[in-house]
Amino acid sequence: MEQIEIEKAFETRELTISMGPQHPATHGVLRLVLTLDGETVIKCTPHVGYLHRGIEKLGENRTYFSALPLTDRLDYISSMNNNVGYVNAVEKLFGLEAPERAKFIRTMVAEMGRISSHIIWLGTHVLDIGATTPFLYAFRERERILDLFETLCGARLTVSYPRIGGVRNDISQEFLDELYEFVLEFPDRMDDYETLVTENRVWKKRTVGIGIISAEEAVNWGLTGGMLRGSGVNYDVRKHAPYDAYDKVEFDIPLGKNGDCYDRYLVRMGEMRQANRIIKQCIEKLPAGHVMADSPKFTLPPKDMVLKDMEHLIHQFVLITKGPVAPEGEIYSATEVPKGELGFYFVSDCTGKPYRMRVRAPSFVHASILPKLCEGGFVADVIANIGTIDIVLGECDR
Amino acid sequence: MEPLQIAEKIREKFRDEVLEAKEFREQAAVTLKKDRILEICMYLHDDSDLCFDYLVDLCGADYAGKKEKRFDVVYHLYSIKCCHAIRLKAEVPETNPEIDSVTAVWAGANWHERECYDMFGITFNGHPDLRRILMPEDWEGHPLRKDYPVKGPEKEWSGFVEVLDRTKRFKDFEWHE
Repeated sequence: MEQIEIEKAFETRELTISMGPQHPATHGVLRLVLTLDGETVIKCTPHVGYLHRGIEKLGENRTYFSALPLTDRLDYISSMNNNVGYVNAVEKLFGLEAPERAKFIRTMVAEMGRISSHIIWLGTHVLDIGATTPFLYAFRERERILDLFETLCGARLTVSYPRIGGVRNDISQEFLDELYEFVLEFPDRMDDYETLVTENRVWKKRTVGIGIISAEEAVNWGLTGGMLRGSGVNYDVRKHAPYDAYDKVEFDIPLGKNGDCYDRYLVRMGEMRQANRIIKQCIEKLPAGHVMADSPKFTLPPKDMVLKDMEHLIHQFVLITKGPVAPEGEIYSATEVPKGELGFYFVSDCTGKPYRMRVRAPSFVHASILPKLCEGGFVADVIANIGTIDIVLGECDR
Repeated sequence: MEPLQIAEKIREKFRDEVLEAKEFREQAAVTLKKDRILEICMYLHDDSDLCFDYLVDLCGADYAGKKEKRFDVVYHLYSIKCCHAIRLKAEVPETNPEIDSVTAVWAGANWHERECYDMFGITFNGHPDLRRILMPEDWEGHPLRKDYPVKGPEKEWSGFVEVLDRTKRFKDFEWHE
């Protein structure tokens, strides 16, 4: 009797709130419209597009060379991987092969990019859920990688270091020594993080059994990367269609079982250790030779020759103004970036610019599964779910 | 299976639907008529030899003035189980551009189709929630069409005009000293 009276006195109703686009836990300008019944999320509608810059349209109006810096701005915390994805796609279209040394260097820097991206994910994901300490440590390691990038090419974030047909410049011995030192230390650092987080009771309470996706669903939704492998599906572009030097190094694919936030966490932690293993092998196996393919139709002549010789100057001028002329055809090329599968689809019509450039962004696909993860859960789990999909809105909105 | 073998298999099953099968850099592309696209996708998804369980990508392409039918809707399919891939291209005409949605086959097609609608103005019949996704809802035009200017339209977007208007009003406001 009393209970009914209380319910009458406090009439409850659904509440619709807008989370974001300027919310610290949404990792960028993601907006979620949540319909709540108390603490439970009934409906979740993601709104994206706040960071849309029309990269596909811009790419279609630029030469293959000058569209490269645009890809830095896709997933801006792992620009190296985007560059690698782009140059691999363009090389496939041109039928161009990078020299062996360049391939190893690209593999190495791409894995460095993977570590720096995963480390940001780790720091922010645990910070969102309430652990501040790993965040501070994580940025220490990331800083070292960014410093190494600076030594390598002068830029820390928007690197544009890989180029069509190779890489921009050769690496120095100091860089290699410094990187090797980092590689040897990194497993200890990983142990530190794992001590702080992996068996932490609060962490497990907040992530185990949260945001479950079954293997079939994950494939059907087109998820890739850690999101897919957390559900136990063994699909990794680096193994299924190896590019660069991935077929010459040994590494394992960490897999989850339950497809919840905790398993995805374990998978990404495993990936960082594997990335470290790949970098180590790349340093040890690094072959000698050139870092740029010698293919006058598609690659720029050496700068010192341009300054001395008229033929080379003309050649450079034509390539820069008209762009490298691609054969007619269309290709799709995918690479494994920290977020998942980054694909480029090019349609060429025999000019220096792509007729159609399409970017298949993993974050875009992953954001679309948010309603499925969040509905029926608590508001606090929405935060865990946003963290676990490892979203970067620059890539999602393009 | 080899890419061209898959193309051949589709041609056998849907003889009248396949217009062309091409290979470039070891990737096969099958050009199709748009009418039975859902049926073809279901077959590709369910057939035990083909087993295309993963829709990698779905996008549009504009061939204004280059092809008889202006648009292509491009599907990139991959089979995680059998490790093979194929590209489907469905031709869509300029007048009344519409095609069946494949969200019933792959749930992941949802946002891709919304993006394609947003960027090219192609309507997907049977889509559960066909709205603009990247551009604002009251945006005019479809940015990735070839006749759309790179610098954007002459007329500013209404939302931006509103913002400009507001800043002007604040500027004119006489603050008390």
